[in-house]
Amino acid sequence: MGLQAYLTLAAVVFCIGLFGVITRRNTIGILLGIELMLNSVNINLVAFSRFSGDVTGMIFTVFTICITVTEAALGLAIVILLFRIRRTVIADHLDLLKG
Amino acid sequence: MNGEALAFWALATVLVGSALAVVLTKNLFHAVLWLALGLTGTAGVFLLLDAEFLAAVQLLLYAGGIVTIVVFAIVVTERLVGERLSQTSRHLTAGAVVSIALAWALVSAVWQRPLAIVRAPMAEDLTQIIGDTVQTRFVLPFELLALLMLAGLMGAIYFARPED
Repeated sequence: MGLQAYLTLAAVVFCIGLFGVITRRNTIGILLGIELMLNSVNINLVAFSRFSGDVTGMIFTVFTICITVTEAALGLAIVILLFRIRRTVIADHLDLLKG
Repeated sequence: MNGEALAFWALATVLVGSALAVVLTKNLFHAVLWLALGLTGTAGVFLLLDAEFLAAVQLLLYAGGIVTIVVFAIVVTERLVGERLSQTSRHLTAGAVVSIALAWALVSAVWQRPLAIVRAPMAEDLTQIIGDTVQTRFVLPFELLALLMLAGLMGAIYFARPED
């Protein structure tokens, strides 16, 4: 399989994640979509790294995985905090900043 | 069809199928389980790309860590809200149009360029090279990453502190 096959797979998964981010109303559901998108970017990085023979892309992937885990932990902490204060999970109801 | 192509198509099917299930299934808990399957499939793709270390990291941190965190978040919020977190979706048409348009743009851009078909030669033991490079060329970003994770940990604890 060539590089294009992997890039195509990553692009499709990325767009599915984007669909989830756009359509989900639940905050945790939106976070799951973001995880999918970040995950597909990792596939891209590793595929480019492998096909160009440069290990830098794989190291970059280690970094993105770690940052994503931190982001997920913080994002879910914020979600739990939001539940405590606003008692809702629905992103549409969190409109305190809406003018 | 050789073994690599077969494995690639199997993993691609699993990955795309589970990704669709993540964004389409009604039950949030089921969506998390589908996400775990998708992340495991990604680890398989990494294995296919000779990145064994990344596959292990993916399984440990992503499939292990994130899925556990999300399950915890669901359990906690379910208790707080007192009702099952079933998902409803909105803007289905807009989301589908945007996603399909972007997918078409990306895929056509990928296939218009002549990209590598054959893998460049790499050393046998990629894990050792990754370790060496992280500890030499990328040692400063690596330490900054440790700092970031510490800050994230402290932030999460601060957010989740009991109400006083």
